[in-house]
Amino acid sequence: MLEHLAALIVVVPLVAAPLIVLVRSRRFAWIATTAASYLSLLFSVQLFWRVATLGPVSYAIGSWAPPWGIEYRVDALSSFVLVAVSLTASFVAPYAQRSIAREVARDRQYLMYAMYCLCLSGLLGIAITGDAFNLFVFLEISSLASYVLVALGPRRQSLMAAYQYMLMGTVGATFYVIGVGLLYLMTGTLNLADMAQRLPGVPDVRPVLVALAFITVGIGLKLALFPLHQWLPNAYAYAPSMATAFLAATATKVSVYVLLRFYFGVFDPARLFEHLPTREVFVALSLAAMVAASLVAVFEQDVKRLFAYSSVAQIGYITLGIGVDNQASLTGSIVHLLNHGVTKGAIFLLLGGVALRAGAAAVRLETLAGLGRRMPLTALGLALAGLSLVGVPGTAGFITKWYLVVGALERGWWWVVAAILASSLIALAYVWRVLEAAYLRPPAASAARGEAPAPMLAAGMAMTALCVYFGFETSFSAGGAADAAALLLRGLR
Amino acid sequence: MSVVGANYSYWITIVLMVGGMYILIARGNLLKKLLGLAVLQSSVYLLYIAPGKLIGGTAPIIAEGYAVYSNPLPHVLILTAIVVGVATLALGLAIVVRIREAYGSIEEEEILARDRADDDEAR
Amino acid sequence: MKDDLILRVVSKLTMPFMLLFALYVQFHGDFGPGGGFQAGVIAAAAIVFYGITFGLAAAQRLVPEIVVERLLAAGVLLYAGVGLAGILLGGNYLDYFVLGADTVAGQHRGIFWVEAGVGLTVAGVMLKLFYMFASRGRDAGDA
Repeated sequence: MLEHLAALIVVVPLVAAPLIVLVRSRRFAWIATTAASYLSLLFSVQLFWRVATLGPVSYAIGSWAPPWGIEYRVDALSSFVLVAVSLTASFVAPYAQRSIAREVARDRQYLMYAMYCLCLSGLLGIAITGDAFNLFVFLEISSLASYVLVALGPRRQSLMAAYQYMLMGTVGATFYVIGVGLLYLMTGTLNLADMAQRLPGVPDVRPVLVALAFITVGIGLKLALFPLHQWLPNAYAYAPSMATAFLAATATKVSVYVLLRFYFGVFDPARLFEHLPTREVFVALSLAAMVAASLVAVFEQDVKRLFAYSSVAQIGYITLGIGVDNQASLTGSIVHLLNHGVTKGAIFLLLGGVALRAGAAAVRLETLAGLGRRMPLTALGLALAGLSLVGVPGTAGFITKWYLVVGALERGWWWVVAAILASSLIALAYVWRVLEAAYLRPPAASAARGEAPAPMLAAGMAMTALCVYFGFETSFSAGGAADAAALLLRGLR
Repeated sequence: MSVVGANYSYWITIVLMVGGMYILIARGNLLKKLLGLAVLQSSVYLLYIAPGKLIGGTAPIIAEGYAVYSNPLPHVLILTAIVVGVATLALGLAIVVRIREAYGSIEEEEILARDRADDDEAR
Repeated sequence: MKDDLILRVVSKLTMPFMLLFALYVQFHGDFGPGGGFQAGVIAAAAIVFYGITFGLAAAQRLVPEIVVERLLAAGVLLYAGVGLAGILLGGNYLDYFVLGADTVAGQHRGIFWVEAGVGLTVAGVMLKLFYMFASRGRDAGDA
C-alpha cells in the first residue's frame, strides 16, 4: 500500500467530496472531512519521511510510464508543501464543525464540507503532480472550490468578493495554460522534467520567453503577487472563518510552489536570473508589497481585511527570497510557506472565534475592545501569532526573516535588509493596533464574555503553539526548507 | 502576406485573446465580463487545437493506407479545458444570479457604490 | 408552452429517441466518436427539453433534484472506484491493464466503467445547472 501513497493522498479527499454529497448529512460530512484531512496529513508525513530517507518518489498514474503518462512526483520541495497544506487542514477540519454551523445556512453546510474536500484535494494535487496540464486541472479544481467557499460567506459582499476572485483567478489560470500551451508546442511534452530536458534544444527562444511571461503573470495572479493582489483582501475578509483560515494558509502558498517549480525545474534558472531582469522585478515588487500593503493594513478598520493586507505583505517576503536567489534566501522563502501559513491560519482561526462570540459577521477593531479580559486565551493567541507576523525572536516569523537577511547580506544588499526591518516595524504598528484594542481598551458593556467553543479555541491555540514551536525547533521547518532550497539550486532537472 | 496567411490560426487566437481581455476589463456589466472571460478561454482552445492538425493527416486511428495522423493529445487536453471553462462559466453565472438577488443590479459601479454606503453606515 | 399540442406530442415522441441516442453514444464511445461527456449531455438535453415543454415542476417530478445530486456524486465515485480497483488488483491507481484477463480486455473494461461514471456525472451536472437556473427567477418573482 505504501507505494500508492502518492495517488491516495489526492484520491482520499477527492472521494470524500462526492460521498458527502451522496450521504447529505451534516454529521457525516464533518466526520468524512476530518478523516480525509488526517489521512492526508498521515500520508504526507509518510511521504516526507520516505523522500528524506530514500529520495524522490515517482508514481505512474494508470501504469503509463512517464513522460507519456501522467507522473506524480514527490521530491524534497513538494513533500514539504504537502506537509504544510495537510498540517493546516488537520487544524481547520476539527474547527469547521462549530464554525460552519454558525455561519452557513443549514441546507448548504454539506456543500461547504464537500467544497473544502475538493479544495484540499486540488491543492495536494498541485504539489504532487509532475505534469504541466494535470497541474492546471488541479489548480482549477482547488480554485473553483475556493470561489464557492468564499461565495458561501455570511454577507452579501461575499458574493462580489467571490466574483472578483473568480474573474482574476480564471484569468490567471488561463494565462498559465496559454504558457503551458506554448511550451508544449515548442517541446512536444507536458511532463515537467522531460520539458526541462528538451527546452535547451529548442531552436526558437521567443515563444519560450512568451510562455515564461504568461506563466509568471498567471501564477502571479494566483499567488497575489503585488500588484496583482486586488482580489485577495475582499476574498479573505468576506469568506466564512474556516475558509479564510484555510485559504490564507494554503492557496497562495501552493501557487508559490508552482512558480518555484517552473522557475527552477523547467526554465533554466541560470538564464532566468542572469540574462533576464527576473531578479530586479521580483525584488522590486516584493519590496513594494512589503511596504505598501503593510501601510494599507495600518489604516484598515476591519480586522480580517487588516490581516488580509498583511498577507499580501508577507507574500512579499516569500517572493523576495526568490528574487535574492541564493541558498539562504530560498530557504527563507520556502520555510515561510509553512511559517506564514501557520501564523495566518492561527490568526484567522482565532478571529473566527471572536466573530462567533460577538455574533457579528464583521470583526472591526471596536469588536476587539477589551478582548484581553473577555477572551483571555484568544487574546493571548492573537498576541503571540501577531508577534510571529512581526518576526520577534522565538516565533516562526523570526526564522524566516533571519534566513532572508542572511541571504540579502550574502549578496551585499544591505538596503534589502533595511527594507525588511522597515516592513517589520510597520507590521509592529498594525499588530499593535490590534493588541491595543484587545488589552488597553475597556470592553463594551454589551460585549459577550467567555471563550469560543472548545474545539474552535483548541484548534486556534494549537496552531498558535506551532508558531512558537517553529520559532525554536527548526529541524523540520528550516531543515526541510533548506533541503528543498538546495534541490532547487542544484536544479530540479 | 505569408506571415498572416500561413499562421492565420495564431492571428485568430491573438484577436480572441485580446478581445476577451478587453471585454473583461472595459465592461462594467458582470454578465458581459463573464462573456469576455469565455472568449479569452476559447482563444486557448484554438491555441492548442490548431497546431495538432497536420495537413493531410487523418484521425489518429491506425488503419491501412494512412501514414500521417493528427495529434490526438491536444483534443484530449482541450476537452478537459472546455469542461473546466464550462464549470467556471456556470459558477460565474450562478454567482451573478445571486448578486442580482442580493443587490438588484449587475452593474459593477452600482454594486460597489451600495457596498460603500453600507460601510459608511457601519462606521 | 404546455398548451401547444404540437410541442407536447413532438417532445414525447422524440424523448425516447434522444435517450436511446445518448445510450448509443455512450456505449459506442470506445469504437468511434462518442463517450461519457457527449452521452451525458444528450441524455440531460432530453430531460431539459421535457422541462421546457411541460414546465420545470414536471421535469422535477420525472427526475427529482435529489436523484440528480446523487447521480452526480455516484458518477465521480464510480470513476474513483475504478481507479481504486486498479490498486486492489495489484496495479497503480487508474491502472486498467490489470482489470481484465489480458491488457486489451482490461483497458476495455476500465474505459467502459470510467465512461459510465463520466456519463452519470455530466448528465447530473447538466440537469443540476438547468434546475438551478430555471428555478431561480421564479423565487425572485420577476421571471
